[in-house]
Amino acid sequence: MTLSQPLRLSRRTLLRQLGAAGVLVTLGPAGAWATKEMVQQAVRERIGTREPQPNGVTLRLPKIAETGNSVPLTVTVESPMTPDDHVLRLHIFIEGNPEPVAATYHFGVRAGKAEISTRIRLARSQTVLALAEMSDGSVRSGAASILVTLGACVEEVWGD
Amino acid sequence: MAEPRVRIPSTARQGEVIEIKTLLSHPMETGHRRDVYGKLIPRQIIHTFTCTYNGTEVFRADWYPAVAANPYLAFFTVATESGRLRFEWIDDEGTVYATEAEITVA
Repeated sequence: MTLSQPLRLSRRTLLRQLGAAGVLVTLGPAGAWATKEMVQQAVRERIGTREPQPNGVTLRLPKIAETGNSVPLTVTVESPMTPDDHVLRLHIFIEGNPEPVAATYHFGVRAGKAEISTRIRLARSQTVLALAEMSDGSVRSGAASILVTLGACVEEVWGD
Repeated sequence: MAEPRVRIPSTARQGEVIEIKTLLSHPMETGHRRDVYGKLIPRQIIHTFTCTYNGTEVFRADWYPAVAANPYLAFFTVATESGRLRFEWIDDEGTVYATEAEITVA
């Protein structure tokens, strides 16, 4: 679009272009982020060669966040939480932040229910992955994607 | 030092699964931000949270910089007996923030 072009921009086109610009902004500086390989390595360090089964782990995460500074996340693992069948650990991985792991939660039979709620920082739009290590040695997974309009970690620190 | 805030039911039936909500004022400085001079601000986060029930650990969390400032955490435990739940947060400077709550189990 040139400056001499008359204002024939429809509202729809304008919004679409603003949206595209927004996406570019949220991509932010390259190089500072965890790579897919770093996430894979962090996953392997925690579950070894076990293959996660994609069921039984539910993530509740908003679809869109205006800022990534404090995004509510609830993760529930389906489990009776009995001595024979319970969740040992729950790992949260984030592929679009500088570091690939957000948290690990250690449960046991006494947790009663394998569910946590927290608030996380997201540097940009991304997929959040949760892996649950079960007492029988199996691993279950769940994931949720989120669109982050303004990522965390972008604000300047003023003053000293 | 800001007092941690914890909410648990004051009474519960034996075997009941109770929800525990916790909140601590803490900057959770990621270690990835720079000050106005371009110098990295050192990481200063809570890296470990534990909950013990009459001395037995029932829940623990390892945290990384992606946990938001003023960390909020809700989790569950089984009300086994009357007594005291202790909550501890440990940060990179070694500061331990702790609080306790009483529960009566009928």
